[in-house]
Amino acid sequence: MDRPAATLIAALLALLAASSLVWMFQGIGGGNRAFILQLRGTKLAGLVVVGAAVGIATVLFQTVAANRVLTPSIMGFDALYVLLQTGLVASLGVAGFAALPNAARFLASVAAMSLLAAMLFGTLVGRGAKDIPRTILTGVILGVLFRSLSTFLARIMDPNAFAVVQSVSFASFGSIDAALLPVAGGIAALCMAGAMWLAPRLDVVALGREAAVSLGLRFDRLVLVTLGLVGMLVSVSTALVGPVAFFGLLVAGLAHGLAPSARHAVLLPAAGLIGAVVLVAGQTLFERLMGQAATLSVVVEFAGGLFFLFLLLKGRVR
Amino acid sequence: MIRINGLTHRIGATPILHDIDLTLPRGKLIALIGPNGAGKSTLLRLVARLEPLQAGRIEIDGLDLATTGTERLALAMAVMGQQTHVASRLRVAELVGFGRWPHHHGRPRAADREAVEQALDAFGLTPLRHRFLDEISGGQAQRAHLAMTFAQGTDWLLLDEPLNNLDMAHSRTLMARLADLVGARGRSVLTVVHEVNYAAAWADHIIAMKDGRIVAEGAPETVLTEPVLSALYDTPIEVSRHDDRPLVLHHHWHDQLGSPFPKPSDDTLRVLH
Ligand SMILES: Nc1ncnc2c1ncn2[C@@H]1O[C@H](COP(=O)(O)OP(=O)(O)OP(=O)(O)O)[C@@H](O)[C@H]1O
Ligand SMILES: [Mg+2]
Repeated sequence: MDRPAATLIAALLALLAASSLVWMFQGIGGGNRAFILQLRGTKLAGLVVVGAAVGIATVLFQTVAANRVLTPSIMGFDALYVLLQTGLVASLGVAGFAALPNAARFLASVAAMSLLAAMLFGTLVGRGAKDIPRTILTGVILGVLFRSLSTFLARIMDPNAFAVVQSVSFASFGSIDAALLPVAGGIAALCMAGAMWLAPRLDVVALGREAAVSLGLRFDRLVLVTLGLVGMLVSVSTALVGPVAFFGLLVAGLAHGLAPSARHAVLLPAAGLIGAVVLVAGQTLFERLMGQAATLSVVVEFAGGLFFLFLLLKGRVR
Repeated sequence: MIRINGLTHRIGATPILHDIDLTLPRGKLIALIGPNGAGKSTLLRLVARLEPLQAGRIEIDGLDLATTGTERLALAMAVMGQQTHVASRLRVAELVGFGRWPHHHGRPRAADREAVEQALDAFGLTPLRHRFLDEISGGQAQRAHLAMTFAQGTDWLLLDEPLNNLDMAHSRTLMARLADLVGARGRSVLTVVHEVNYAAAWADHIIAMKDGRIVAEGAPETVLTEPVLSALYDTPIEVSRHDDRPLVLHHHWHDQLGSPFPKPSDDTLRVLH
């Protein structure tokens, strides 16, 4: 890694450390110190995992889609995860759903997601997403389709089941599913290691399909593997906090803008760190300093949405 | 040697190439000429395994395209397409560096860096090496892509209209470099050329295509003749000689030639002068 890249990564690490410290120790009283620290630590870990997973998944997806506006959530990845969960509740019933061990259920969902993501989106983006407007439209339609299927399933369920589904359908950085954290964090770490291992090949993918094939890269296979990783990372973040629409776009845009080189060995860690910093610093700001635990998702989504509009209006679709 | 047998290709229901049999000899500078839409790029892309083979067989130095791994093929041939656009923001030297990917798969060694320096130098890109691709001219970018293809160091070079955007001097330098690769280092080059005089001056072997078929093939003297070229481009073309090679005259208004376009009236000519 060259100097400017190392500087960026170091600066992001320092920012993350600083905001984590504030998050952990701000306004901590005398009483239940240990308890509060544990609570805060769990939440911090969740925010870091989610931020990093979304940032890295988005950069990976944008590279294989050869496009800086598309993101996994715009293409309906997390809607697919919610549908999967709803389908499970609908077919097993609330009792059956709850009877399944948390971790096993999650692992099965992750596996199903990575397969479905590679199959469904592989054909859509594999050819380098030549027709961008059509690809975006297809993704949006897929997202709506998955969401309405989820709603339909929820309607025909009993109210208890509906409540279970509701809890996975909305983004909330304030309430992280702590029970899933160890296994989700483990999967995210594995996926990130895999992404870093693929980094040199992803640089070749970024040259475009033709150049990559000419250079002897097994392009189609790599696209499928990458989409599989994206599917798993999205499962992790959706399981922990629920679907987020534009957060990834914001993080990937920042990563591409700040990184001094287009190398994935720099882009991927940068995006992961930026995602984590935005969530930790943002949540500290809103929950601690402003006493508004639930607003971060709204603000992040709003900023991300504005950024999406900005990209579209500036014609930076390619 | 590249051997092509029974190559037929369709896009949708439209036939693009019709049962092509062709042998491209090794150690020659081969020019592929023909009008727009003749199927030159399609043929090149099929040989370069950028399009899936539908029917027929292609062999490159004994490697069957259908059964040889793409990594192995990248050591046998380097390809530059007609459209060269890179989405990611790269510097010139980084782009050229990717030419060595088939040799190191992400871990460049001294020999790879050496090859990149040579390629940069050969295309006069050393002063531009730190510039971003989207901050240089079209011809400079074209040279960067050519340098990347050269850096790959393969026996075969397949180039689709490499002279695009190049000025006269750089065009001549490129053709001389290709001729040198072939003459001095025994490499083989297949290049699509629109300006037939570059083919006339530099090529050892010329293939003329029209409507998805090979219509003529051979030494420049046998292909670059008035009847062949006039039929190939559907326009009367005069061929002279210069330096013991054919010289194709097609930039002039020759009264006796007529033209598919209306001859400019005297008024227009006066305005132009
Ligand atoms: N994607 C496509 N869909 C339909 N037809 C196509 C497509 N691409 C090429 N063709 C057709 O295939 C034929 C051959 O195209 P090709 O690009 O090989 O021509 P070419 O000889 O390289 O022409 P040029 O000199 O203009 O580059 C043309 O008639 C073209 O219209
Ligand atoms: Mg062409």
